[in-house]
Amino acid sequence: MSRSFRVPGRGRVNTRRPVRFTFDGRSIEGFEGDTLASALLATGTHLMGRSFKYHRPRGPISAGSDEPNAIVAVGSGPALQTPNLVATQVEIYDGLTAQSQNRFPCLQFDMGAVNNLASPLLPSGFYYKTFMWPRNFWTKVYEPIIRRSAGLGVAPTAPDPDHYAFQYTFCDVLVAGAGPSGLAAALAAAKAGAEVMIADETAEFGGSLLFDRASRIDGLQTADWVERTVTELKAMPNVRMFTRTTVFNYGPHNMVALNQRMTDHLGTPDPATPRERLWQVRAKQVVIASGAIERPLVFEGNDRPGVMLASAALTFLNRYGVACGRRAVIATADDSAYRVALDLIEAGVTVAAIVDIRPKPDSELFRKVKAAGITVLTNSTVQRAHGSQRIHSVELAPVLPGGDVGEGKNYRCDLLLMSGGWTPSLHLFSQSKGKVIYDADLDTYLPGESAQAERSTGSCRGLYDLGEVLADGLKIGTEAAKDAGCDGEIDLPLWEVTTDAIGRGGFTGALPRRGKGLTAMAFVDYQNDVTAKDVKLAVREGFRSIEHIKRYTTTGMATDQGKTSNLNALGIASSALGRPKQQIGLTTFRAPYTPVTFGAFSGHERGNEFDPDRRTPIDPWARTKGAVFEDVSLWRRARYFPQPGEDMDAAVARECLAVRKSVGIFDATTLGKIEVVGPDAAEFMNRMYVNAWTKLGVGKCRYGLMCRENGFVYDDGVVGRIAPDRFHVTTTTGGAAGVLNMMEDYLQTEWQDLDVWLTSTSEEWAVIAVQGPKAREVLAPLVDGLDISHKTMPHMSVVEGTIGGIPMRLFRVSFSGELGFEVNVPTSRALEVWERIWEAGKPHNMTPYGTETMHVLRAEKGYIIVGQETDGTATPDDAGCGWAVSKLKKDFVGKRSLALPAMQDPDRYQLVGLYTEAPQEVLEEGVQLVANSNEVIPMNKIGHVTSSYHSATLGRSIALAMVSGGRARMGQTLYVPMEDRMIPVTVTSPVFYDAEGARLNV
Amino acid sequence: MFDASSNALTVSRSGFTAKSLGGGRRFALQGRKDTLEGVAKAFGLAEAPAMLQSASAGDCTLLRLAPQELFIIAGEAGLPEAVTTYLGTVPNSLVEVSERQVGWTLEGERLRDTLAALSPLDLRTKSFPVGTATRTLFGKADGMLWRTDENSFHLEVWRSFAPYMVAMMDAAALDASW
Amino acid sequence: MLLIRCPYCGERAEVEFSNGGEAHIDRPADPMSLSAEEWAQFLYMRDNPKGLIAERWRHAHGCNRFFNAIRDTRTDRFVVTYEIGQPRPDVTPEQAAEAAR
Repeated sequence: MSRSFRVPGRGRVNTRRPVRFTFDGRSIEGFEGDTLASALLATGTHLMGRSFKYHRPRGPISAGSDEPNAIVAVGSGPALQTPNLVATQVEIYDGLTAQSQNRFPCLQFDMGAVNNLASPLLPSGFYYKTFMWPRNFWTKVYEPIIRRSAGLGVAPTAPDPDHYAFQYTFCDVLVAGAGPSGLAAALAAAKAGAEVMIADETAEFGGSLLFDRASRIDGLQTADWVERTVTELKAMPNVRMFTRTTVFNYGPHNMVALNQRMTDHLGTPDPATPRERLWQVRAKQVVIASGAIERPLVFEGNDRPGVMLASAALTFLNRYGVACGRRAVIATADDSAYRVALDLIEAGVTVAAIVDIRPKPDSELFRKVKAAGITVLTNSTVQRAHGSQRIHSVELAPVLPGGDVGEGKNYRCDLLLMSGGWTPSLHLFSQSKGKVIYDADLDTYLPGESAQAERSTGSCRGLYDLGEVLADGLKIGTEAAKDAGCDGEIDLPLWEVTTDAIGRGGFTGALPRRGKGLTAMAFVDYQNDVTAKDVKLAVREGFRSIEHIKRYTTTGMATDQGKTSNLNALGIASSALGRPKQQIGLTTFRAPYTPVTFGAFSGHERGNEFDPDRRTPIDPWARTKGAVFEDVSLWRRARYFPQPGEDMDAAVARECLAVRKSVGIFDATTLGKIEVVGPDAAEFMNRMYVNAWTKLGVGKCRYGLMCRENGFVYDDGVVGRIAPDRFHVTTTTGGAAGVLNMMEDYLQTEWQDLDVWLTSTSEEWAVIAVQGPKAREVLAPLVDGLDISHKTMPHMSVVEGTIGGIPMRLFRVSFSGELGFEVNVPTSRALEVWERIWEAGKPHNMTPYGTETMHVLRAEKGYIIVGQETDGTATPDDAGCGWAVSKLKKDFVGKRSLALPAMQDPDRYQLVGLYTEAPQEVLEEGVQLVANSNEVIPMNKIGHVTSSYHSATLGRSIALAMVSGGRARMGQTLYVPMEDRMIPVTVTSPVFYDAEGARLNV
Repeated sequence: MFDASSNALTVSRSGFTAKSLGGGRRFALQGRKDTLEGVAKAFGLAEAPAMLQSASAGDCTLLRLAPQELFIIAGEAGLPEAVTTYLGTVPNSLVEVSERQVGWTLEGERLRDTLAALSPLDLRTKSFPVGTATRTLFGKADGMLWRTDENSFHLEVWRSFAPYMVAMMDAAALDASW
Repeated sequence: MLLIRCPYCGERAEVEFSNGGEAHIDRPADPMSLSAEEWAQFLYMRDNPKGLIAERWRHAHGCNRFFNAIRDTRTDRFVVTYEIGQPRPDVTPEQAAEAAR
């Protein structure tokens, strides 16, 4: 039974290489070269899936990427299962496991199929109409149910063990699709000297030529011509060829994305091979050779397994050597299906009848079929296909004058092939923003004027005659190369082509049927289970725009992007609206052309390679000391250094006390640093910062505060004047890039007259902060004779020197409130210097501390952290830094805004300190503050807590807060409303420790 | 998989190697056009290299990375006296950044494919001839790329981005072989 | 991904750039002499045209220079890029039509 539908001598599969795989646990044998669909069809299996909404049994209708029904999961296990693949694209290999989806407990008997019986209750807009009320049912009842029943396959739950490659590339001419027109275009462009890339989504180049047995090119079978042409192309050094590669997105400026599947067809790939590669191709010219997709016919039962597109049966027969049934009926509106009939007969399949909706089909093929004695019913239609998990008969009926349908007759069959004509594949053209135009002659849409450097060729622009298609490919390829700047002499081939003469044909919309048919299930969009009556209902309910109809019915919105359904939906809407199709228009095609895995999109951006993991030179030392780290922008910083048995609170308390009592060492390397140099440096600083800089002497430092033009605090940091024309500016860790950007912005676009230039030195200097009463004692012996006494080097000064012979910029600054120094040394020497200081600090019990302790120490002093106390709406005065703002300067960035009335409002949020009534109670950062604990909800918020810690120094908790009119509320009791209680707090000064600054000036 | 904790900041794959650059000093020199021309003369050059071009003078190489900027790759001795003397006479900004960056010499027949996994630059010889230098983006790291030969590049990134850069190059070089 | 012509470096991929909003809005020479309304106008009010806009770009991951560009917001097609300080170039009807296409 297993190979009973194989046709000897047909197909391109390798019958000497059997391949064994499982489908829903059943072991099946196919051949190398088979797709999952062809291998299953070879065993007579059409049923491959259940539909999305009604859980109807479904089989493949197509043989390619346009397949809406046969959707399966491949692989097994929590990491390796890939859901939602189409069986017509999955290539089989030994050991492949595939499962059908959307069914429970099994494909043949599915509980969800009850939806099918309930289908009259599930019209378009069902969800919108049904789940409106009661309102609180939405989150608790409706949403969980809808979520459980939504979606197709099951997503993998474990990390993906595969890896995915990514590459940018460039070419002169990119050809999307390697059917006859694509191959011809690639050949012409390559011969003209262009760098050519050509990609095809299937495993083999050739497209329709791989299943066209009737035509001859230069006397060759079409498949042999493909082999000859591909060999010629491959031999050219300027051509890159890709199989299993989908051109899935046409972006702006001719950037086109390709998804190359590298290992999915292999049973045991080398684990080092990327599974997929995403290409971003910048092409000078693009040739779209995406072909045409055969249109289904819309009639009752058109989704039953055994109903498929005529071209699909031809493909399965001639490319895979599989007869899709024993006894076929063909329903068509187009001549090409007659060729299918002839090929089927030749392969031993009985063609019971052909029904043609056209009144008078007339072509050479039609006559050949008549001559072969096949029953042809013209001016007739399919009333209904019978059967559930496989069709067994079909009712064919004449179309009566006036459009009604007469009494029909049943024809026994196990295969019903349909052809509504051909729909040019406009997806890439539409993605390129080209406007499609309706062609009345072909009754379809074709590419109109190009919006980008792009051309369509072949059947995707409505050419169906093979001779015409090949000639068009050559012409388009030549033009593309020329426009890409390659106009070498071309010796173009002249191919002799014999092929079937194809006449006019095609049908869009729903086939005529007998009776009103309100219950008829005639599918337009198979994947989303949208029927002809759904589209009609949408129109009846008042939807007029095709974009609205699409969204209301979901037609064309499935992963297949309406490949088989768009034109039929349009046809039905057109007749329901009583307006011609060209007045309705097509919906927009969205990328991707076919689904692309998340793996392909993420590429290397996962794990270690997701983000740079920036480490300071002190990082190895901190790790040996058992530091716990935290991420600060892209940097990894030591947060605290726990001793055995310590939690964070204990470690931080110990570190804080050590700094206050003796000395601590802290890695401040991540601070941003900018060297501002030039004769106009001081003037530039005056304009950028709120502070005044002119009078800052060489060797002095100042706390600099920067606003944006809107007057709100943007960044801060200590600035040292190294020379009259040279400032060493520091920024916050996270603000480094933004500050430099803002400075460059003003310098380059507003103040081009200034002779001053900016250089980032963030990574030139590593910064070792030594803080605490013993800081000077530790450093003095190390700095090569430099006098760092309080007298010569007071608080807020900077000096250049050496430390153990290593160049140094030594800042006397403090972010802890203690005597402190920041030792700036060349990054590569920093660890060496750190270890030297560490040794020198041992007699003083020097303690390494991390960012958490740094935060507590500064909070005890009321020093703000930009982005913690401030939030982009705080002025310098709000943040308690009004003292830094120069009153004398005529202008600086933000000055005008600070003078606006709103900025003077006494009720603005101002920085204050808070004490909890219970000294050990540490508030949560971010909690809100209210003035009156008895207020009814919603209470009036008057502020929020920005920083909150336990202070070991003070033996109690402290908090910083931004409070409306806060400075006028000193001593007031405010309240923090929590879920279960009110926490009373007292407003106090934000400086909790050493308010007079005595400890800094020693 | 690259281990950020190791110090092996090199890549060695079939078709691609990244060898750490040894020593040397770096200077970012900015100034107005006349100043850059004056500096070039002080270096003994007829003129400053044009935008994205490079020029050699003694053991220094000048890369024109921006209209107002010459990036100077110098030996341990730093800049010639004629240059520093000249710079003392005109407005300019000379900032030593020897410590800011680390780099590699990149070589191998899969060099271009490897870099193409990280950077959107068109590195075909016709678009990026030998001698071209520019800053660009490699994944999420800013880098400075200078083509020293048909199949040899000089790449520098900020020091803390080096482990990331090496990991990315290593993975890209492996992929480029398929 | 857009392809943007930096006036200094030539055509580069969009990832190397950052957009800086509408161009040709000069910071007033003496902000303090402006009324609150005038200052707000400068600070906040920007055009949002459907069609051609002159806007600032910065070659952030390249030469780090700001420059100006005229772009059609409907098509993302650039008409021209030019250095800061140059006046907004005239756009011919043909150029505008090409950008709108």
